[in-house]
Amino acid sequence: MKRIERILKVISLISILLMVTSCAKNNDVTPEFQETNLAPLSVEFDNIVGERTLSINNTGSPYKNLAGEAFTISRLQYFISNIKVTTAEGNTYTVNPDSSYFLIKGDDKATRFAKVKVPEGDYTNLTFTLGVDSLRSTMPIDKRTGVLDPAAGGGHEDGGMYWGWNSGYIFFKFEGNSNVISDDVNGDPTGKKQFKYHIGFFGGYSAPTLNNIKVINVDLRTAGIAKVRKDRQSNIHLFVDVMKVFNGTNAFKIADKPNVMFDDFTAKIAANFLQMFKHDHTEN
Amino acid sequence: MSMNKKHWIVLFAFGLFIYACKKDHPVKEEIESWLGFVKPVNFPDPEYKFANNPITKEGFELGRALFYEPRLSRNNTITCGSCHIQSSAFTQHGHDVSHGIDDRLGTRNSPPIMNLAWNKAFMWGGGVYDLDLQPIVPITTHEEMDENLENVLNKLRALPKYTGLFKNAFGSEEISTAKFMKALSQFMLMCVSSNSKYDKVMRKEAGMSFTADEQEGYTLFKQKCASCHSEPLFTDGSFRNNGLGISPINDQGLYAATLKETDKYKFKVPSLRNLQYTAPFMHDGRFLSLAGVLEHYHSEVQDTPNLDPVLKQGNRIGIALTQNDKVKLTAFLATLNDTDFINNKLLSEQ
Repeated sequence: MKRIERILKVISLISILLMVTSCAKNNDVTPEFQETNLAPLSVEFDNIVGERTLSINNTGSPYKNLAGEAFTISRLQYFISNIKVTTAEGNTYTVNPDSSYFLIKGDDKATRFAKVKVPEGDYTNLTFTLGVDSLRSTMPIDKRTGVLDPAAGGGHEDGGMYWGWNSGYIFFKFEGNSNVISDDVNGDPTGKKQFKYHIGFFGGYSAPTLNNIKVINVDLRTAGIAKVRKDRQSNIHLFVDVMKVFNGTNAFKIADKPNVMFDDFTAKIAANFLQMFKHDHTEN
Repeated sequence: MSMNKKHWIVLFAFGLFIYACKKDHPVKEEIESWLGFVKPVNFPDPEYKFANNPITKEGFELGRALFYEPRLSRNNTITCGSCHIQSSAFTQHGHDVSHGIDDRLGTRNSPPIMNLAWNKAFMWGGGVYDLDLQPIVPITTHEEMDENLENVLNKLRALPKYTGLFKNAFGSEEISTAKFMKALSQFMLMCVSSNSKYDKVMRKEAGMSFTADEQEGYTLFKQKCASCHSEPLFTDGSFRNNGLGISPINDQGLYAATLKETDKYKFKVPSLRNLQYTAPFMHDGRFLSLAGVLEHYHSEVQDTPNLDPVLKQGNRIGIALTQNDKVKLTAFLATLNDTDFINNKLLSEQ
């Protein structure tokens, strides 16, 4: 028995030692903040609809908004840009704008990550823009490459996000169907019962106009700070609840406003964007 | 050694031969026809940022080919030149509103491709502020070319003619949005109208002077028209409500782009150059003749929202014009027609 006790003692001692050393690995020291010491960080935009996951054209089990209107979603696309992170000590890093534009597409899971490089550190705050800032919206044609290429995605009637006649980008494109939509000019005269929300407007090229650019600020302290290290892939997992388009502060009925593109109501919908983003957790 | 000497002699002879060739006509003609973009001496500095897109002969030639290329439209039937016809100073003469694909009609009068290097804003109702982004509008508009840019670029990529022209212009066969737009801009920027009688008089070219009527008209013009149609471009590039009765489709002009109440019914001030070739007039082509336009300003201006203050002075709405004023003004405006511009072979479909 004594022998067994001794063995147990040794084992427990070893395991305690092991635990301590492994703990030490986890509780690594926060690296010194250096702008050049870059490591990978991703922000995941996980699209949801209220209490449910996003499913495109799920006519079998449509979603329902606060007003009780049943609807399905055929397209969801939006621009995320100007990613910025801040540490508890207040060190801030803004990702180079040339590598900070992302088009998130609801029907293409591969696009849900905004992958950037930021200095090693522990980040308590994430800031990004929903939309394309005015500087990028007015830049010369050579700079408009990748997701900002006006030719990308076909025309604005399809997956394209560029508006030709009113030079600028659609920040948020949300389309779908609902039987509450009338077949007349106030609804969808083609009879397809389609709703279209194309929200843009960056504030005007030469004179100030409507500005629907929204800066989203996410406090990471509650659901998990991002520990960015070179040997890891820290991932800030956000839920993006598009139900908030209908149910946010400026709640509205699809039947009343099935098409919103070029009018002042875009500002009401854009205000709802601020409530769409919820930090669920961080994978470090 | 003697062989080497012979070589030198042969080389020298070749050199002479090449030198003689250079003096010959083809080169001289080319130099004469290609001067690049030249700012007319009586014009201000251009607005366009040439540093981002220097005009070259090859870039211009590519732009010209694209301007007259039907593949820019959905079913390969409509070119830029369909609605911007050189003999009509690059407008669609005789059409009140543009006549595009599948015989569809737009809502606005086709404006001239002319002196665009000095433009700050494009389209009758604004919305586009960079020439390099303008062609996207007609290409994608349902009533015009009804195509999308991606398809256009793919159609061009399949043609050796274009991969060759892009290589000549930009050094590689790659066809990108930026190169496509820049080439079109290079062609359009070269569409400079600056050789009217007015220009020659202003530049004090030998033997050029206004007739008595033209001179009187010029004086009247400066009193009554120049506040908006400022010299030498004959537009100040601003957006104004000139008191046209509101159209049945309620085209609200600049407002559609800015959503500002103060922009309702404002349209871009058009240039008065080349009026002989560009009727009908106004954003919806409602006036068939210059006489109709002058009568509008004299007696038909309506006090709609945001009517320009210059058309509302004292108790009078509009601009008082006697019959004599109209005759003299018409005589002066005729000095703004530029036959060199509408006949310039460099700008024609080749």
